[in-house]
Formats: sequence, structure tokens, C-alpha cells
Amino acid sequence: MSAVQTREHPALRRDRLAALGPLGKPVNLILVGAAVFLLIGCLSSQIFAQQTVVGLAQGAVYGSLALALVLIYRATEVVNFAQGEMAMFTTYVAYQLTTSWHVTYWLAFALTLLIAFVFGMGVQLVFIRPVQHTSVIAVVIVTVGLFILIDGVVGWVWGADIKFMPAPFGNTVYHVGGVAIARQDIGTILVTIASVGLLWLLFQRTKLGLGMRAAALRPASARLVGVRVDRMLALGWGLAAVLGAVAGLMAEASEYSLQPSFMQPILLYAFAAAVLGGLESPVGALVGGVMIGIFLNLLGQYVSFVTSEIRLPFAFLVLIVVLLIKPTGLFGKKKVRKV
Amino acid sequence: MTTRPSLAAVVSCLVAAAILAVLPFLISGYHQGLLTQVAVFFIAILGLDVLTGYSGQISIGHGAFMAVGGYTTAVMSYYHHTNLIVTMLMAFGICLAFGFVVGLPALRLSGVYLALATFALAVSMPQIPLKFSRFLGGSNGLQAQTVSHLWLYGVAWAAAAILFVGAWLILRGRTGRAFRAIRDSEVAATSSGVELPIYKTLAFGISAAYAGVAGSLFVLATNGYASPNEFTVALSLQILIGAAVAGLGSLWGVLVGAVFVGLLPEVSSSVPVVGSTHGQDVVFGLFVIVVILLLPTGFAGLLARLRVRLTRQSMASINSDPGTS
Repeated sequence: MSAVQTREHPALRRDRLAALGPLGKPVNLILVGAAVFLLIGCLSSQIFAQQTVVGLAQGAVYGSLALALVLIYRATEVVNFAQGEMAMFTTYVAYQLTTSWHVTYWLAFALTLLIAFVFGMGVQLVFIRPVQHTSVIAVVIVTVGLFILIDGVVGWVWGADIKFMPAPFGNTVYHVGGVAIARQDIGTILVTIASVGLLWLLFQRTKLGLGMRAAALRPASARLVGVRVDRMLALGWGLAAVLGAVAGLMAEASEYSLQPSFMQPILLYAFAAAVLGGLESPVGALVGGVMIGIFLNLLGQYVSFVTSEIRLPFAFLVLIVVLLIKPTGLFGKKKVRKV
Repeated sequence: MTTRPSLAAVVSCLVAAAILAVLPFLISGYHQGLLTQVAVFFIAILGLDVLTGYSGQISIGHGAFMAVGGYTTAVMSYYHHTNLIVTMLMAFGICLAFGFVVGLPALRLSGVYLALATFALAVSMPQIPLKFSRFLGGSNGLQAQTVSHLWLYGVAWAAAAILFVGAWLILRGRTGRAFRAIRDSEVAATSSGVELPIYKTLAFGISAAYAGVAGSLFVLATNGYASPNEFTVALSLQILIGAAVAGLGSLWGVLVGAVFVGLLPEVSSSVPVVGSTHGQDVVFGLFVIVVILLLPTGFAGLLARLRVRLTRQSMASINSDPGTS
């Protein structure tokens, strides 16, 4: 145990560096290449630019949900299969606030995030903590049970028919050099940047954030230096639920409609994004989300075989290909395991 | 060193078989249909147990294998009017091959990553009939031959019995030992001469073949319709839940798991307050969580614990001195 402890500080430090952005790695070449490709494409074709912007907004949603998954995975090594449904539930809370109780959209937005935070913590306390130390399969099954439970509760309370909410950014469309850009898409991107930025500040610039990172990376040692690990894990679930709520609200706003199954495909894209970025890397989750959003949109535009039905299987293909070629993803680090 | 079945195991199997053989003549066609559903889940969970419980590879995508098996039956019956039993054998064979193919990339994945990949497979698979709708019927589905409730009940439980014995025979010998060795430690298994690639893909193949037969029966049980709406991710989740409730790594709990996922939605729909479709989901989800919280090792784990307690008690009663126990 003592041998492990000497290696802890570099691990935390490396983690901070990874969050700031990896420097001088082959990943950078890929990212720069992709950026150049997108830039040339956008300059040479208006349709290309249009699809890129739409893909960017969708990718921001995938990225936020992927980030929520990564937060939980880093803290508890659990993939939360109910993450999308939790986001769906909070979106219904926002629907209740805005349409039935006539709260203005942004106030409802803030209230929803608060409720999501409490909800996420509650889920961790009630359902996850009791099985946390049993087996991976037990935890996975509890999240699967949650998936079904939330689906049922939402269907029970609100019904399965399509609902409509007020649009947060209106329906304005700007025209920039012949490219139509919806105000909604810009709003989605900005909201995502803002929420991720705040989260980054929390994790990197506050003592609480330091405690949470320590609890996630080395729970045993963190406990020894006085970090309340259990509390930190619950906080992590709460924050993940908040991010999920942002993703859900923004996804609802760009789809203009709400139904109980609307987060399921997005969850799969978020899985693909998280794996593409490396399941342990927050930056990777965001970059992966944006890449998948843009990639799928361009694919749908230029490859006639890829119709809307086949979009999901393509996300699956991305996931499999990434897992086979580079299981640690773009930003992941190889884990050395002692036998 | 093959294990022999204990007397209690043989007797309980025979009793279960006898009850299942007599039962259809005492109940209505509707209830026969319900029990057929249980048989379908029994076979699918058996398959998943071979994979996850014995070889330690998790799969949240068994609904995808069921879809392949189900569509095999539907396509052969719709286009070629093949005998349904033959289509089941074909489903077994095709899914065996498909399972091997899926098992190859799975060699490089484990734990959470394998769960994610198989989950993605389950979500993606129902999109395939929508894409190739001219051949596979799109969202309307494809109609296989319809059969009577009694015929299906008989065939389903006969298949379940054959596959159960098959699984037991596979798992009790050399192959089963290799599976368990891989599950417990891949490194230790390799160094004892177990060829990982062969046994891991074999487990996937067998497991998928079982799910294929289940899928084939599943299609026949839904009035012979193979449609994408029947093979959603929820089906895969149900199988996984059934396996967890049964208790992984033991064949004896499978029946309990199958009854749990096959009958609980029906039972809960007759409960007054929550008797809607969504109420079913609420009850089902809650039950799943409660069962896992109370019995992390499933029904089989409970059985094992009871057995330990019973032996301890009988040991204690033999030892006259209470202080030594």
C-alpha cells in the first residue's frame, strides 16, 4: 500500500494536466487534422457548414451526457445505464414547471437543475450505495432496474404521448454567408460551454472539487486524509444528474417535442462519445460527443445509404471500431494491472 | 472428474417436468401462452447464464441474438414455408455462427466495455429490419405460420428441457471447467493450458444459439409476428434481469428467474392501483432493485446459503457439545 501512495501525487497532477488539454500527443494530430478538414469543408460548401453547425449542437448534447457518464464512471467505476432516463425525468419536471405551473423558462431551468442535483444524490444514496461494493453486475442491474422504474413512473404520471414545451431561444434562424444557423443551436452550444465551464471551475479551483477528485482517484487514501468519500460520491452523482438535466433540456429544445423514450438514442450516442474519448477522460467525453455529432450529420448528408434508421447502428459501429483499435479511447490512459 | 447430479436435483427436475407436462391440460389457452413465455425466457436466461455466469462475459445484448433467431424463423416460414421445428434448428445454427462472430471482438473487451458494446448491439439491432424493410417487413413485421397454444407450449418446454440437459452436460465436464477457470482468472486459466480464444468464443456461440432458439419461439408466441417493436432493448434488459434474479453461475435458479420476468408483469397488471402498462414498469423496476438489494447473488445464492445453514444445523445437532459449533 505504501508503494502505491508515493505514486498518488503524480496521478492527481497528470489528471489535472489531462483536464487542461493533452500536449504533444498523437491525439493532437488527429484533432488538428479533423479541425482542418472541417474548416476546409465549411469554407468550400454551405451545406457542409450547415451540417457541421447542426452536428456541433447535437454533439454538445451528446458530450454533456457523456460527461455525466464519465463523472460517475471515474468516481465509482460504474456505467450508469439509467443516466439518459434520469435526464428524461428531469426534463419532464421542467415541462411540469413551465406548462402546468407557468414558471418562466429560465427560472424553471434553474429549478430543474436544483431538483436534478437532489435527485441524483438521492439515487446514489438509496439505490447505488447498498450494492456499490458487491459486484459490477449487481450495480449494472440496479441501474437497469432504475431505467425501467423511471420509464414507468414518467409514463404513469405524464403519459406516453408527445408533449410540447416553450422554446428557450425562440425559432429565429440567422443567415451567415448563406448558411442558416438556428438560434437554438447556438444556445445549446453556449449553455453546454457554460455548464461545463462552471463544472471545471468547481473541480479544479475549489477545495470541494479537489476532495471529489481525490475520492474518485484514490478512495482509501482520500479517506485517510479526511475526505468524506461517501459524501463526495453522492455529490458526484448529483452533479452528473445536473449535467444530464442540461443535456435533456437542450435535446428537448432542439427536437421541439418530449416523450419518454427521447433520451434513449442520445444515451447510446453518449456511450459512443464517452468510449471514443476514453471512459475516464472528461475532456475526451466532450470532444467525443462533438466528433460523433458532426460525423453522423455529415455521414447522413453525403452517404445516401446512411438514412435516419441506420444512424444508431453507425454509432454502434463507431463504438466497436474504437474499442477494437484503441480501447482506451483518444484521451484515455492505459491501465497497468498487476496480476 | 465430471460431477454427478445429486439425488435431490434429479428428483426435483423430474417433479418439475411432471408438473409442466400435466399443467397445460388443466389451464386455459391464455395461461398456456403465459407459461410458453416463461419457457422462452427460461431458454434465453439459460443461454445468458452460460455466458455471464460461467464464462464471466457480461452481455446486455441477448435480445439482439433473439432477434436474429426470431427473424430466421419468420423469414423461412414466410418465404419458404419451412417446417417450424426446422426453422428453430436453423435459428440455433445461425445464431451459433453469429455468436462466434460477435465473440471475436468480445475477446478484446471485458467488464464495462463489453456491457456497453453488447448494449449498443441490442439498441442497434431493431433498426436493421427498418432499414431493409422490403425483405424484412419494416415496422409492420413479418408473419410466420401461426400455431396453437398447446403445440407451442409443448414444443417450447420440450426445447427448454433438451437445452437444459444440454447445458448441464456441457458445463459439468471439461468445457464447463474451462469456462469457470476463465471467469475466475484469465491469467490462471491460460497458464493451466486453457485456450482463451477458443473457449470464450465458444461460450458466446452456445449462448447466442440458445437465445436464437428462444427468439424463434418468442416470435411464434407473439402470434407469429416478427417485428422490431418486439425486440427492443427492453427485451435484453429483461433477460439480464432474469439471469441476475436467478443467480449467475447456477442452473437451478434459472426457472425462478424465468418466472420472475415472464409472469411478474402479468401479475402486477392485475394489481388495482398500478394496473396500467406504466404501473407494470414501476412494479417491475422496483422489484428488480429490491431483489438485487436483498439477494445480490440471486435465488441460487439464497439456495446455497440455505444449504449451508441446513448442513450446519445438522452438524450442530450431531455434535452434542454446543460449545464447539
